[in-house]
Amino acid sequence: MQIHQYDTVIVGAGGAGMRAAIESTQRSRTAVLTKLYPTRSHTGAAQGGMCAALANVEEDNWEWHTFDTVKGGDYLVDQDAAEIMCKEAIDAVLDLEKMGLPFSRTDQGRIDQRRFGGHSRNHGEAPVRRSCYAADRTGHMILQTLFQNCVKHGVEFFNEFYVLDLLINEGKTAGVVAYELATGEIHVFQAKAVVFASGGTGKMFKVTSNAHTLTGDGQAVALRRGLPLEDMEFFQFHPTGIWRMGILLTEGARGEGGILRNKDGERFMERYAPVMKDLASRDVCSRAIYSEIRAGRGCGPDGDHVYLDLTHLPPEQLDAKLPDITEFARTYLGIEPYTDPIPIQPTAHYAMGGIPTNVEGEVLSNNTDVVPGLYAAGEVACVSVHGANRLGTNSLLDINVFGRRAGIAAAAYADNHDFVELPENPGALVEALVEGLRESTGTESVAQIRKELQESMDTNVSVYRTGKTLQQAVEDVTALKERFKNVAIQDKGSRYNTDLLEAIELGNLLDLAEVLVVSALAREESRGGHYREDFPTRDDVKFMQHTMAYREVAEDGSTSIRLDYKPVVQTRYQPMERKY
Amino acid sequence: MSTPTVEKHSAALDAVEAGSTKLINVTFRIRRFNPEEHPDPVWVDYQLEMDPKERVLDALNKIKWEQDGTLTYRRSCAHGICGSDAMRINGRNRLACKTLIKDVNPEKPITVEAIKGLAVLKDLIVDMDPFFQAYKDVMPFLITSGNEPTRERLQSQADRERFDDTTKCILCAACTSSCPVFWNDGQYFGPAAIVNAHRFIFDSRDEGAEQRLEVLNDREGVWRCRTTFNCSEACPRGIEVTKAIQEVKRALVTRRF
Repeated sequence: MQIHQYDTVIVGAGGAGMRAAIESTQRSRTAVLTKLYPTRSHTGAAQGGMCAALANVEEDNWEWHTFDTVKGGDYLVDQDAAEIMCKEAIDAVLDLEKMGLPFSRTDQGRIDQRRFGGHSRNHGEAPVRRSCYAADRTGHMILQTLFQNCVKHGVEFFNEFYVLDLLINEGKTAGVVAYELATGEIHVFQAKAVVFASGGTGKMFKVTSNAHTLTGDGQAVALRRGLPLEDMEFFQFHPTGIWRMGILLTEGARGEGGILRNKDGERFMERYAPVMKDLASRDVCSRAIYSEIRAGRGCGPDGDHVYLDLTHLPPEQLDAKLPDITEFARTYLGIEPYTDPIPIQPTAHYAMGGIPTNVEGEVLSNNTDVVPGLYAAGEVACVSVHGANRLGTNSLLDINVFGRRAGIAAAAYADNHDFVELPENPGALVEALVEGLRESTGTESVAQIRKELQESMDTNVSVYRTGKTLQQAVEDVTALKERFKNVAIQDKGSRYNTDLLEAIELGNLLDLAEVLVVSALAREESRGGHYREDFPTRDDVKFMQHTMAYREVAEDGSTSIRLDYKPVVQTRYQPMERKY
Repeated sequence: MSTPTVEKHSAALDAVEAGSTKLINVTFRIRRFNPEEHPDPVWVDYQLEMDPKERVLDALNKIKWEQDGTLTYRRSCAHGICGSDAMRINGRNRLACKTLIKDVNPEKPITVEAIKGLAVLKDLIVDMDPFFQAYKDVMPFLITSGNEPTRERLQSQADRERFDDTTKCILCAACTSSCPVFWNDGQYFGPAAIVNAHRFIFDSRDEGAEQRLEVLNDREGVWRCRTTFNCSEACPRGIEVTKAIQEVKRALVTRRF
């Protein structure tokens, strides 16, 4: 076991982690621990853009953006956080441009902007051009630009280091424990400040836009160390994933004029969202798609999908603005989007919930107190700027605004505090986890349990939920967790043991799936991405509050999820009925 | 607005929607290497049933998940964006997640091995550090002087277009590890680093071109390229790599960019 010492340790090297690292490296001795080489992170898969009220192409202001964000989140958004995000969005975009990001440009050479779902002029009047973009590769450009600037600032990366534990001593952050994939060695990183920026949890679903690696590692580590997870029942299903595969086709396609159609060729969104139509928020579009499918208006022999139609757009526009997604259709489906509509279905996309933080990125240990020295930013965190449903492009904004804030705050904390003594045997939990899996003679397979988890989640915890399906999911996850104790791996080696890695990742997914379904079962209302057919309306009296889920360990070692609730921060917007 | 378009169905779309294809038997012949167990690499055959429209990565996953958990490779996004899974498939560098089984002649055994020119660490995993070091050596970040503007720097659409092709790079190393010069001379920067230098040299906002060109004018720099076009053929993003290298060579001679 090796022991390292850094002022600041950042866990994860996607957009939030690298944005934090650029700040903290200039202020404190920083190490970035990442399961993947930084440029492999899933920020790179984001396509459509990053909204900011630059008003480069039409009138706009950050207050309208804030309103859209709050309304998009079905009023579960903490409004103080949304204000900060939308106000700082403008500088966040300009900072990226100054770092070198090659945005698409207007005729005047300014950053171009396009329409995006849920983003409107003057509180819902009409769609507005707010999304700053680089073709349909905005996430790729952000990831590359941030990595380039990490190189420029000499950020120290520990590539393929998988963080498996958080060390807290007497309530204060002491460091993290990581498993080095190349060697199997365990490393303890003592740190004054730790920033979790390890991304989402989408791999608990079968049809998902998420990478294989998005297994909620940071959330699971925090949960196991007694920290709460906020609003985990809110999971976004993006309306346009490639049918059956789940690969993302950007909302920017509809921003450019693309249309959703059912088997009759009808532009059905006109019925569900008369003003915003195909650019209604994602939860609204995804429910509409499944409503069409359930009403027998789905496409194909099984009627189980609808179309994203781009055929009326000029090929030059598709080539210039949507080159990657049109190529996906050609590569993976063998169809030509110039002339054929693309079969799509909603795809599990984004966790609105996560590790609760305040607007400085400080992690909360309950409704009010912070864990000194611990920070989180990006999809792993819940500030909460996304509430019950995230608006398109606001994730790229979130990682830049709150990644930056967390990096600055963590480095400042490290500057003002001493190291906290490491607990005794700091690597013990990780050693036990790794050795337990390596030596297990069990009979269950990782792949089989994962498959059953994903199938149950897709069936029971998708766009439409009921008490009955959620109860089924609770039972399934409980049974799978029990079977997981008897899991065994084939690779017993220490070098690049990805068999072991996948087993640990599955353990994380199971823990987080449990939190998600337990939280969802308790929320007897419909709000944003959480739609209960047995409770089809929003209940502001009972549920205008954030879920806070804790893992409780009983004396016999068994665990359960305890739910608590936290008030929503409201500033200028009173909850209204949500129409698009 | 609501003009139906569905009657424009092509045969290709009908085929997609018909779904269930006949599964075929495929043999994957994979070059395995685990120095913890044996000092030499060995080719191992795996038989499996696959839908030919699935990806090579799907086949590797199926092998790992159902037959042999020790098979080791990198992967993440599974749709050609993250650059993790460049490998030699039937002797050609490709991304496993962007290569469909039907396109690599499944009638015969499909060979899969690690990319060349970088040390193999285990099975399909190579040491990427030298690759990223070459990338870092070309100063792959915007270099400017003077005060920053308050708003964005202006850039015309034509100026933005000038370097668009090389912004697409995902650093997968398919180009560099397909280059015979790189195989024989580990010191050569390789195509990917030059592509990333190009991305900045031809960016109208950048002022660091001279510095980068000096780096590339080195003995192991751009002049080692012998224009074999392997890199352009290997690039999963369709970047005209050889053309980019030629443009950098020309910029070195003319000092115009």
